[in-house]
Amino acid sequence: MNRLERVQATLVKKHVPVFEIGDTVRVHVKVMEGEKERVQVFEGAVISRKGGRNTETFTVRKSSYGVWVERIFPVHSPVVEKVDVVRQGRVRRAKLYYLRTKKGKMTRVAEREYLAEGKPKTETVPVGAASEGVTAGV
Amino acid sequence: MTSGLLGHKLGMAQIFVQGGRMVPVTVIEAGPCRVAQVKTVERDGYAAVQLSFDEVPDRKLSKAAKGHFSKAQLPGFRHVREFRANGENQIGATVKADLFSKGEHVDVTGISKGKGFQGVMKRHHFHGGPRTHGSMFHRAPGSIGSSSSPSRVWKNMKMAGHMGSVRVTTQGLEVMEVRSEENLIFLRGSVPGSRGSVVMIQKSKKTASGDRHAKR
Repeated sequence: MNRLERVQATLVKKHVPVFEIGDTVRVHVKVMEGEKERVQVFEGAVISRKGGRNTETFTVRKSSYGVWVERIFPVHSPVVEKVDVVRQGRVRRAKLYYLRTKKGKMTRVAEREYLAEGKPKTETVPVGAASEGVTAGV
Repeated sequence: MTSGLLGHKLGMAQIFVQGGRMVPVTVIEAGPCRVAQVKTVERDGYAAVQLSFDEVPDRKLSKAAKGHFSKAQLPGFRHVREFRANGENQIGATVKADLFSKGEHVDVTGISKGKGFQGVMKRHHFHGGPRTHGSMFHRAPGSIGSSSSPSRVWKNMKMAGHMGSVRVTTQGLEVMEVRSEENLIFLRGSVPGSRGSVVMIQKSKKTASGDRHAKR
């Protein structure tokens, strides 16, 4: 690591949210409304993660009233309060840009029901896991 | 006190400011600099402070430089530069990054990146010609003057040639963060020169109204 990289390493969050490509996540975003601050939730599939260290970003794609919307969040932005994993997806590539060309049922990401070998065991348990009948980490 | 100090440009990064806005910053390892000489109006005709930066072993210095530093009872330094004096100055005093504080504005002087031999489009922002539609005039400079009078090309005509590697000053950069124990200064925006190059950071000559990044 050179000097600049060491400086950048000090600009990251203490608790980096854990999620992977293809996961359905709920991103808790701080929104300023006049004087007040409140938290808005953006729920969708993670279709890419880019960059490294403090400049890393991820893209979340969701359908909003029938229109597909993508939003890019910096992982280490203070605006991103927390990221909950709702559902883990089983995907075979790092960028799910192909979803943009799909319609209807093809836009879904298959669910991952088990953790692949070599994955860290300290994965966050999906929030809605119980209601969906998923057992993560088995 | 001096009007500025010397530093190494480490490179660029980004930080988040209040409201979650992302701001590009240049990280500069500034100082610590030592005062090697104090020039006074009585003796030298003008007042200035000579700062030295980046310590090196004696074997890397010429005899002249060695003599100069030993006179001030200092170790050898790689870079020596003059700054304006601001009040009392003591030879051997240390100037550190905490000379500046968050919210201040500074001017940064460095040697810009060398671009080599460049054409007029890149060097002087000429428009060039059409690329297609049968045009045979693409990136050439075009006419460089008139005919029998003056029968020569005017001096300072904008033409192709060597670009970059010159002394450049960027004015009115906002100080976003100072980490004095790590000798780091974070400046908003870019700074001339390549990573690792030496830069002079000085108090901004212009007032806040001359700030390129003034709050809208």
